[in-house]
Amino acid sequence: MSVIYIVLPLALVLGGAALAAFLWAVRRGQFDDLDTPAIRMVLEDDVENDR
Amino acid sequence: MTPPPRTEERVDCSHCGLPVPAGRVEIGAEEQFCCGGCRIVFQTLRSSGLGEDYYALRARFDDASGAEPARATGRSYEAYDRETFQDEHVRRIPGPDGAPGLAQVDLLLEGVRCAACVWLVERLPKLIPGVVEVRLRMRDARVTIVYSPEHVALSRIARELDALGYPAHPPGAEEQRELARRAERGHLIRMGVAAVCAGNAMLVAFALYSGREGGIDPSHAALFRWTGLALGWLSILWPGRTFLRGAWAALRTGTGHLDLPIAIALVAGALAGTWNTVTGRGEAYFDSLTVLVFLLLVGRYVQARQQRWAADAVDLTRALTPASCRVVREAGTPRESTEEVTLDELAVGDVVEVRPGEPFPADGVLESGRSRVDRALLSGESEPVAVEPGDDVHAGTQNVASVVRMSVAEVGASSRVGRLMGLVEEGLAHKPPIQRLTDRIAGVFVVVVCGLGVANFLLWSVRADLATAIDHTVALLIVACPCALGLATPLTLAVAVGRAARSGLLVKDAAVFERLVRRGRLLLDKTGTLTHGEPRLVQWTGDPAARADVAAVEAHSNHPIARALVRDLEEYARPGVRAAELEERLDGGVAGTVEERRVRVGSLEHLAAHGHALAPGLRPEAEAMESRGESVVGVAYDGRSDGVVALASLADSPRPDAAAVVDSLVARGWSPEVLSGDVDGAVDRVAGAVGIEHAWGRVEPEGKLERVRALQAKGEVVWMVGDGVNDAAALAAADVGVAVHGGAEASLAAADVYASRPGLAPLEELADLSGRTMRTIQRNLALSFTYNAAGITLAMLGLMDPLVAAILMPISSASVLVLAMLSLGRRSRSRASTSGDAPETSSGPGQRTFERALPGI
Repeated sequence: MSVIYIVLPLALVLGGAALAAFLWAVRRGQFDDLDTPAIRMVLEDDVENDR
Repeated sequence: MTPPPRTEERVDCSHCGLPVPAGRVEIGAEEQFCCGGCRIVFQTLRSSGLGEDYYALRARFDDASGAEPARATGRSYEAYDRETFQDEHVRRIPGPDGAPGLAQVDLLLEGVRCAACVWLVERLPKLIPGVVEVRLRMRDARVTIVYSPEHVALSRIARELDALGYPAHPPGAEEQRELARRAERGHLIRMGVAAVCAGNAMLVAFALYSGREGGIDPSHAALFRWTGLALGWLSILWPGRTFLRGAWAALRTGTGHLDLPIAIALVAGALAGTWNTVTGRGEAYFDSLTVLVFLLLVGRYVQARQQRWAADAVDLTRALTPASCRVVREAGTPRESTEEVTLDELAVGDVVEVRPGEPFPADGVLESGRSRVDRALLSGESEPVAVEPGDDVHAGTQNVASVVRMSVAEVGASSRVGRLMGLVEEGLAHKPPIQRLTDRIAGVFVVVVCGLGVANFLLWSVRADLATAIDHTVALLIVACPCALGLATPLTLAVAVGRAARSGLLVKDAAVFERLVRRGRLLLDKTGTLTHGEPRLVQWTGDPAARADVAAVEAHSNHPIARALVRDLEEYARPGVRAAELEERLDGGVAGTVEERRVRVGSLEHLAAHGHALAPGLRPEAEAMESRGESVVGVAYDGRSDGVVALASLADSPRPDAAAVVDSLVARGWSPEVLSGDVDGAVDRVAGAVGIEHAWGRVEPEGKLERVRALQAKGEVVWMVGDGVNDAAALAAADVGVAVHGGAEASLAAADVYASRPGLAPLEELADLSGRTMRTIQRNLALSFTYNAAGITLAMLGLMDPLVAAILMPISSASVLVLAMLSLGRRSRSRASTSGDAPETSSGPGQRTFERALPGI
């Protein structure tokens, strides 16, 4: 069962990595505007189809 | 004379889709425009090849209910290229190795309404070479432009945006915005950290709980306990610090605060858990504690997000005065020249040229030119006032009739409107504080829980030993933490804010719901609030055929009476018939030639001065109209001897739903009062028509504020409803300020609630929603206290297990949340929109849920 000594730190490292990614995204301003990107995505698609 | 022909079909503007006034219809033309702005935008789009896509997109994303004419102003934006402007607003991005770099600038745009606007604005790099990237944020209509200053001037970009119908403004109050942004990011970061801690702490706790049943190697158990300990402390000391700090502040000031019981649970649980981990016996509560921190932070984040609107208010004075103006240098000399300067560069003593349709940039004295000035900003009345050289003019008031020059006496914050906005900011800062319901309860709660804790401790130290007593008391403190309260109340309020938005009420601060539950004084502005805010045709007497001619002649005037006549007589106009040889007189009349006939429309004095007498048959009518306080306009034909052939009377009548709404609010316990800048007679008449006894006329903006303060000093809750800049200071100071539809930006910034639907029905809905919200909150409180009581009982009996605590806590939160959503969600649907303003109302249940009316410019 001593595999737990590897698995538990691994779980923590994974959690930490996810947290680091989240903090990076917040600091880059990824969550500053939650409305427009959703619309923008639809628009870009539309324009490609039209042309 | 030909019988009055009627337009067979309505002609819609090719750009905005609103009906085109008959006088502007061009026969045979494929495109028709309701105004110059729409024409500019349409042509810009057409010539750039973007028109087709834009209109197709707009048809998909936007419905006609929010249609408004394009706002293209045709300004030159020269000031944007000046060093002072560039230093303040433009950031340089240096290129690699000394190559010419790029520049980045943020601007606020007017007229951003839907997804098609995002698309169009972000196509700017295709229209102007040298623009690298454009990103528009819909939430606050803020556009970030990256461009190459080597290739394109900022003024060119601003002109292009203007031509597309989005006049640009430099953003103000930058520091405040930055603070708000940082606070929001801080919230997100804390939530993220708390989530990771909670997830992993639960992971190890599961292992421990299952180990307790199935047996666990002691060394593994120790590993799990120490991991849990580390995660728990990380969670409490980093994201959880915000509760500890709040509790400390509450302790020092001796006030009740929700953070207090939370902090007690966190500290007691963490200390006991640490002791138990170190000694290797007893329970560690870190799984419950980390989840607690996470859930409570979710509640805080929701609360902070629904209040973000307040932080978006811009520098108010800047919003009311133009960003730039034209200064005349060396006026009166042959070397005279005009120069566009920003408002910051404007100095006392400068001579400024103001064109019709532009606002005055500063307070001062009129130097030359005669014109009319729309003083609605200060008086609330849209009827322009005539001015001549020597008269005072005020910053922010609008020049209506002709080009004038003024010499500047007061600039910016020291101008009258600047001082008024100072009062608004002061009012917002000194709003009577309300102790939030949750905080009041938390104060009592702490005392009760601490008392129970002490009793429990004594009880168990007598019945058993000290260690058991500590264990059971810690369990009690943790399980008594008002988690459901801390999570459910902000979420209930957030749901209520959402419901309000759906029925056309934008609520800035959810405290409004708590304030409105108490009854008090309801102060209403007259013009634009109780009434439509603009004159409407009440009666037409005399030759019906003249109506078409009046519509044609008045189509070119922007006097409010002319606009009212055009709007209300439009259906009689003959398409393609336009007036020629127009002549607009400052003494209250216009004349024009329609189909060879010389038509003169104006006040009876004006017509008499031109030799048109009032026929005896019409005299009683005219007197009756005047006695009712209506404005009387006559029509006559020059070169004919029949005198005045028709009379039209106009008045600013109360909104159709005003009386009913006032009645129902009185029934709810509010005592209404009217505060208006208009003359006493008009105010009394409107107040009488809607059934309000107390009415005050000729109240200046400062007077409205005083009235609010006086009532508050007597301890009354003041609910102020208004629409104008002159109401802004009072709106800001009142316990609850509501700006009605069509209100000035400043009133929107000052108010707590903005109605995006015309009419007064939103007031009634707001009162309803407040009652419902507070009832839901009380029900939630009752439920969460039931859970707490059950938990505390179990803990005092010594039956509380960390596992039970870990399960009970999320269940209680979840059930309270579900209840909140259900109880607020069910009833609101039956109360869709019931606006009484029939002519204006195109907003049925299918209206846009959130009107993008407040970029705050």
